Amino acid sequence: MYSLERPVRGQSSSPKDRLGRKRRTVVSSLTEDEDNKVTTTKYSFLSFIPKNLFEQLHRVANIYFIFLAALNFVPVVNAFQPEISIIPILLVLTVTAVKDLWEDYRRHKSDKFINGLLSCGLFYHRKQQTYVDQRWQDVHVGDFVRLSCNEIIPADMLLLYSSDPHGVCYIETANLDGETNLKQRQVVRDLPQQVCENFHSRIECESPNNDLSRFRGYMEYPSKARVGLHNDNLLLRSCTIRNTETVIGIVVYAGHETKAMKNNSGPRYKRSKLERRLNVDVLWSVVLLVIMCLTAAIGHGLWLRNLKEASFLIPDTTSPALSGFYLFWTMIIVLQVLIPISLYVSIEIVKLCQIFFIQNDVDFYNEYMDSRIQCRALNITEDLGQIQYVFSDKTGTLTENKMVFRRCTIAGVEYPHEENARRLEVYEEDEAMGCSHTLKSRASAKSLSCKSLSCNRSSVSLHTLTGHSEGEEPPSPTLPQQSAFSSPLEKDIVPDPFLVQKLNSLSSPLFLLKDASMELTYIVDFFMALAICNTVVVSSPNQPRHVRFGLPRFSTLSPPHTTESPRSFTRRLFSRGKAASFTPSEENKMLHLTLGACSGLGNSNGAQGPPGEPGADELIYEAESPDEAALVHAARAYRCTLQGRSLESLLVELPGMGSLAVRLLHILPFDSTRKRMSVVVRHPLTNQVVVYTKGADSVIMDLAESPKGAEQSDGRQGHIREQTQKHLDNYAREGLRTLCVAKKVLEEEEYEIWLKRHAFAETSIENREELLLESAQRLETNLTLLGATGIVDRLQEEVPETIEALQRAGVKVWVLTGDKQETAINIACACKLLRSTDQLLTANCGSKEACKALLLELRAEVERGEAAEGTSGFTLVVDGRTLDFALQEDLKGDFLELSRRCRAVVCCRSTPLQKSHVVKLVRDQLRVMTLAIGDGANDVSMIQVADVGIGISGQEGMQAVMSSDFAISRFKHLRKLLLVHGHWCYTRLANMILYFFYKNVMYVNLLFWYQFFCGFSGSVMTNSWVLIFFNLLFTSAPPLLYGILDKDVSADTLIKLPELYKSGQNSKAYLPSTFWLTMLDALYQSLVCFFIPYFANAGSDADMLTFGSPINASALLTILLHQVIESCTLTWLHVLVLVGSALFYFSFTLVFSVVCVTCSPPTNPLGVDKLQMSQPLFYGVCALTTVLPHQLAAIASVPMSLPVKLQGLEVPSLCY
Amino acid sequence: MMASNYNAKEEDGHQPAAIGHGGAGTVKNKKPDNTAFKQQRLPAWQPILTAGTVLPAFFVIGLIFIPIGIGLFVTSNNIQELEIDYTGVDMSSPCYNCSQSYSWNSTKPCLCSVPFFLDQPFESNVFMYYGLSNFYQNHRRYVKSRDDSQLNGDKASLTSPSKECEPYRTSDNKPIAPCGAIANSLFNDTLELYYIDPNGSRTAIPLVKKGIAWWTDKHVKFRNPGGNDNNLTVVFQGTSKPVNWRKSVYELDPSDPDNNGFINEDFIVWMRTAALPTFRKLYRIIHKKTNMTPTLPLGQYILEVTYNYPVRSFEGRKRMILSTISWMGGKNPFLGIAYITVGSVCFFLGIVLLIIHHKYGNRNHSADIPS
Repeated sequence: MYSLERPVRGQSSSPKDRLGRKRRTVVSSLTEDEDNKVTTTKYSFLSFIPKNLFEQLHRVANIYFIFLAALNFVPVVNAFQPEISIIPILLVLTVTAVKDLWEDYRRHKSDKFINGLLSCGLFYHRKQQTYVDQRWQDVHVGDFVRLSCNEIIPADMLLLYSSDPHGVCYIETANLDGETNLKQRQVVRDLPQQVCENFHSRIECESPNNDLSRFRGYMEYPSKARVGLHNDNLLLRSCTIRNTETVIGIVVYAGHETKAMKNNSGPRYKRSKLERRLNVDVLWSVVLLVIMCLTAAIGHGLWLRNLKEASFLIPDTTSPALSGFYLFWTMIIVLQVLIPISLYVSIEIVKLCQIFFIQNDVDFYNEYMDSRIQCRALNITEDLGQIQYVFSDKTGTLTENKMVFRRCTIAGVEYPHEENARRLEVYEEDEAMGCSHTLKSRASAKSLSCKSLSCNRSSVSLHTLTGHSEGEEPPSPTLPQQSAFSSPLEKDIVPDPFLVQKLNSLSSPLFLLKDASMELTYIVDFFMALAICNTVVVSSPNQPRHVRFGLPRFSTLSPPHTTESPRSFTRRLFSRGKAASFTPSEENKMLHLTLGACSGLGNSNGAQGPPGEPGADELIYEAESPDEAALVHAARAYRCTLQGRSLESLLVELPGMGSLAVRLLHILPFDSTRKRMSVVVRHPLTNQVVVYTKGADSVIMDLAESPKGAEQSDGRQGHIREQTQKHLDNYAREGLRTLCVAKKVLEEEEYEIWLKRHAFAETSIENREELLLESAQRLETNLTLLGATGIVDRLQEEVPETIEALQRAGVKVWVLTGDKQETAINIACACKLLRSTDQLLTANCGSKEACKALLLELRAEVERGEAAEGTSGFTLVVDGRTLDFALQEDLKGDFLELSRRCRAVVCCRSTPLQKSHVVKLVRDQLRVMTLAIGDGANDVSMIQVADVGIGISGQEGMQAVMSSDFAISRFKHLRKLLLVHGHWCYTRLANMILYFFYKNVMYVNLLFWYQFFCGFSGSVMTNSWVLIFFNLLFTSAPPLLYGILDKDVSADTLIKLPELYKSGQNSKAYLPSTFWLTMLDALYQSLVCFFIPYFANAGSDADMLTFGSPINASALLTILLHQVIESCTLTWLHVLVLVGSALFYFSFTLVFSVVCVTCSPPTNPLGVDKLQMSQPLFYGVCALTTVLPHQLAAIASVPMSLPVKLQGLEVPSLCY
Repeated sequence: MMASNYNAKEEDGHQPAAIGHGGAGTVKNKKPDNTAFKQQRLPAWQPILTAGTVLPAFFVIGLIFIPIGIGLFVTSNNIQELEIDYTGVDMSSPCYNCSQSYSWNSTKPCLCSVPFFLDQPFESNVFMYYGLSNFYQNHRRYVKSRDDSQLNGDKASLTSPSKECEPYRTSDNKPIAPCGAIANSLFNDTLELYYIDPNGSRTAIPLVKKGIAWWTDKHVKFRNPGGNDNNLTVVFQGTSKPVNWRKSVYELDPSDPDNNGFINEDFIVWMRTAALPTFRKLYRIIHKKTNMTPTLPLGQYILEVTYNYPVRSFEGRKRMILSTISWMGGKNPFLGIAYITVGSVCFFLGIVLLIIHHKYGNRNHSADIPS
């Protein structure tokens, strides 16, 4: 027995803490509840019919149907036999049920697979006290689970044991959020050794929730000592164990309670603009229906009043008025087809097929990532064709988000890295040369890069070569994502020769000026910070995903081959760096000599070898953000190599000093409020506690101000700050991403004080986040600015073309970015958002009043500019602060008015919240269709607010994708997605909907006209089965195909002529006027279809069904022919379906008229159609009736069908 | 309406592919098939209406429709038709008295004879119709008021007719056969035709009363209970005649067992409800004699009417129609005229469009080639 007390489990019985937040208690026990079985299915075998029926009855359309069916059971109003009126609802319910069943079956299959997974993992069997294999579904809360490397975690569990001596384990969360980097998890602290055999602790933690990044709780040991639990202790379901031999954990959440399952919200449902428009017209149809029924009801009442004692009247006592009232309802049943109920089902089917085609578009396939487009929202395909505003993130969306170190400034000195710049250009050219790399072209690219780099060190260019070919190859199966992290582009930084020279002076005795040495500390510190101030995980390709931690040389804390003297030198060097009052001494000079002799920066160091050397072990850096990786690679280019990482220490190789173990005291991770991260380390040489911070320039610049050391900041620090700021501005203008690096040396006592409060923050369960934030902010003050880096983030391919196409298509493109104004403008220029002829309007202001004035002034300027010709457009650039003012209630009108007149808007320095506010404002105030596209977590809110949200699956994890409607891998895909698929989906669906209305109105009016000849009595001249099937079966397939396959303009033309997109934007295919025109057309056609047979049969001996037979047939042919004329393309599939529909109708009626002897009273069709189809009159009537309605269409379309010339390309205007 | 999850499996966050991925390392290529269907590149014909396609179509339609129209029109004109209204609305009308004094349950038949003159002989078979106007046989409740099973000879339905027949379902607690309003309102005038020789003698024209119903109706749909050969009097025992009838259903044509009961052809014809309120129903056929004399030579005739059927109450009219028929049915010039009109309009429009096209469309020669 391993439980000390009866566990209290489940949310219902969870004790509540003071804050009312629910908690759960987990104890290892034998009770069998909370198992890990997952059922995502909605139905069980027995519950399917009632549950599905219940769900379907929630839909208004179905209720209408059932109402009609029920109405038909009322004797005084019934129009058909009761069973016939059930058919439509049965059919719709069945189709939907089959669809639901199929989806549920797929879920069931996947569940069954998951639940039945006999993972190689061993589960501790508590009775037998040994580990046994178990299936996933048999894992329970409180179970111990033992897993080995590369196994998938079956449930959320607390890490209790790891084979790693440091008690850590690594997991890959790709299955959860798509991030392929390794995340470190650590064993619960102070855990007694024997984990399972006598586990008597009690775990208190939060009730299951969906927050992946948070887990809070504590573990109470038998000794009543409590240990805080946090996210680092939790292994999440469906993640993979990496780099760790064995782990043991106790399950805290299982099955549906796991965070993975809680996060699985299923597909998104949005209502599209077209659907809203459609609903309006459905309401119009209802109005039309009521009008028709009222006409019939009043007509019937009047007709009855004027009749007395007719032998064909059935005597009863109801007054004409009451009969009229009854008739109203009868007519509703008879004319029910007018409301296109099957339209909703049809739209569902069509959209599914449209999604199928979008997903299967080979143009959206990304070879490198082996990914296609993901359609997560299934019912807004047509919205893609109506987008008016695109809001785009910059980093990772417009750009690659492959961060490459470009240049840096250290201690106020700029190192331009010109070779590095040249190298990047070469890559760009290379990529531009073509994406279809044959071996040959790759070879030529290689030689090109070789040539350009030949002036530099051979080792680097050599490495470029090898790395190059590696990166260009498709990812190997074992390491599918590796290329994303270690492409040669990012890895191989060409060092600046000047900086190398300075670093080399560490080993050179000749170069030892006072100022330079001072600078040298800065430089070394700078690269040290780059190397260690991060969360990068290191592994080597030989042992994929295996941390280089068992390396023997790392176990000794001091590198064996370094002598004492250089270390003491450097210690002194660093101690001076702290006080920034370094004075060179003779001693230094001497020590330096020794150092140089022992181990220099020269190529002579064979033992370790430069990291770039092909022979050396190549390290793979896996970083959470690409910036970090870029910086680590940059540091490595200067021999400041991060070689390994453990929980407590980092292994760093420093120039001239070999590998050093740096004791890692704390990591204060990056967050968006602080905009920086820090590491606290015990410096290996000085043994001081040092804080290295890197972060956004604005923040670091502010923090680097040291109020107490005013006299120093006047001097060196002040100068550095000034210079650095200057360089930073330059970088931003160049479009580089800037980061500042700073450090701070802590006094021991200072550190002690901070540590105490930090420890408190770490262990507190309530508002730990706030406390930690506060604690970090306390530490990150009075920083010494070391320098800044400029990281280049290249544009993705075809971004300018895509943006240009979108703008030509009349889509306004806004770029919302957190970057600096200069960077943003630069990128905007690069991606042709901003053209040279454009007038740039910048809005930066500090107060609301100023903002208001500025907005008005800019507007006046725009008006002036519009009057005067010459500028192609205006581009507004707004910064975050101004945006804040502009978004306020009283200014947003002005802001929108201004931005509406601008061709493009760039919002820089904007927060995620601002992004979503902007989107919301534009969407709601201008009533336009908006699309937001982004790749990172900071774009999620924007993506969710926009009408269409698009996520780019790239480097920054999957949050954006998870919240998006469509997920693409490159920005350029947006072009085809909108211009081609959007256009198609919209026009197809719009045309199909219009066709549906046409079809129903046309057919129902035939029945209505007949009422004028039967005393408005609700008679129909058709067999009721045929009547019901007419809409449901005979004419349902062609419009579906029309909605799925019709192409008004070819894909090529759509791409070449983005202007064509405007028709969808302005909803041209489906305007209210189009709707009414369609209605009129239907009316006209129904008049022709009814009255030609009417006059042909007037006064003859035709009975009702004989009269109805040619009407039905010609209506069917007319409807099908109308489809042919409306379609822009006809493939063999169309022909098949059209001919099939007609044949189906004729064979059905024919067979029915032969077989049905007494069935279907009172409209028994026996012999009718058989006889009709043998008579020439029938064909005469049908031919005339089918041809006549389309004459008008043909005449109307001839002048319209003259091709329109657009940009030199001819487009048939009828299908445009 | 229906938030369906097309890729439900992918949404679960634990799809098998991802799980297999970590261990085995078999990478599935997700590249979509580059097929014409999936890439929406199916070869297609574009039915775009341009002058190039519409003009020939118009001419072709014109050229086809005008001859058809002329053919139909001529055919219709060749049909001989004579219509005599014998309702008796006018005081001068021979049936005026009958129409005035009539009610459904009068026992004494009222006779009237209507003379008429045939100014041209009817050469082929002549069909004799009775026509009713303003008679809504297509009224919904009237149409429903029948029991097809009963008429099909179903014994159970004979004794308990369908509820649809109410209130003509039972009378005196006995089921009505045939039940319902349609049967109840059976047209019961008797029409006889006499040729008046120039010498003044009357010759009865032989009127054939069989062969006026559809074959399927007569042989499939309508059947007497227990087969057509049984003694109908026995079969219909226990049933009552429709209220308005003067005799039972088995007395409709006692002379011919093949035309009695439910399979009486007059009855069958009546039961096929007319589509429009003005209609005619086939009553008798006058077969052409084998010799060369016309079926109905020109001259004086008398129509003897046994006036039973009341129509005055709802302002209905009764007619007797004599007509020959052609391959396209009875006389109806409409279809021929419509064809001629549509054909000529098409032709005319074709010419007009051709002129317009030539005058204005020349700037754009490519108009003929749908892109």
